[in-house]
Amino acid sequence: MEINEIKGESNIQLSVSGQVDTVTAPELQSNILTAFQKSKDVVLDLSGVAYMSSAGLRALLIGQKTAQSKGGSMKVTGVQEGVMKVFEMSGFVKVLTIE
Amino acid sequence: MKELVLKASDETLYTVLDEIRNTLSENGCDEDAATQIAISAEEVFVNIAHYAYGGEAGEAIVDIELTTDPKIIRITFKDRGIPYNPLEKEDPDTDLSADERAVGGLGIFMVKTMMDNVEYRYEDGQNILTIEKNIEKITEKP
Repeated sequence: MEINEIKGESNIQLSVSGQVDTVTAPELQSNILTAFQKSKDVVLDLSGVAYMSSAGLRALLIGQKTAQSKGGSMKVTGVQEGVMKVFEMSGFVKVLTIE
Repeated sequence: MKELVLKASDETLYTVLDEIRNTLSENGCDEDAATQIAISAEEVFVNIAHYAYGGEAGEAIVDIELTTDPKIIRITFKDRGIPYNPLEKEDPDTDLSADERAVGGLGIFMVKTMMDNVEYRYEDGQNILTIEKNIEKITEKP
């Protein structure tokens, strides 16, 4: 998994690529939390992610909860079909802001 | 059938997933289905790694079988840890909002959703969990 951080004018975008699993999810989680220390609005570009297990969902849920506690937002973009299926079956389509 | 005997830990996860991916790609399974099967295997294996031996790394056996008619992949996970039937765990409420959602508890639910058949038994001091998926209809045509 690779994560690139891009600072926007009013937000931070994290472009994630590769596999988000038990081994890599802690790194994603820590990158999301670090981004929220710098900005209350974070965009997660998942266009390079085809594999997301429940460990990845956990990292996204913690990100979403952080966004809400800060009065900010976490937008998820570029979701591939297979990952969208995971979001649907887990009910994360209602938990996340997917664009 | 391929049999892997290894210490169940996060470090050995990719050994298991690579073996499953290889079996599936050798048999023409499409990428989306292969990913769902790999995710299911991850959820089961990681449960063993994290909980079966009370946080210690214990042994797990992973059998990977493929039947030909119909084409079904069957993956059996065995451990000698604490007897535990994950299928008895209540399914999470997927209608809840982020505020109400607990962190975790989704793994085995995803396995049940993505695989066709999931069975648990306790036999000869072993937890034995078998997951199956028919890949006949989702095999890429040459």
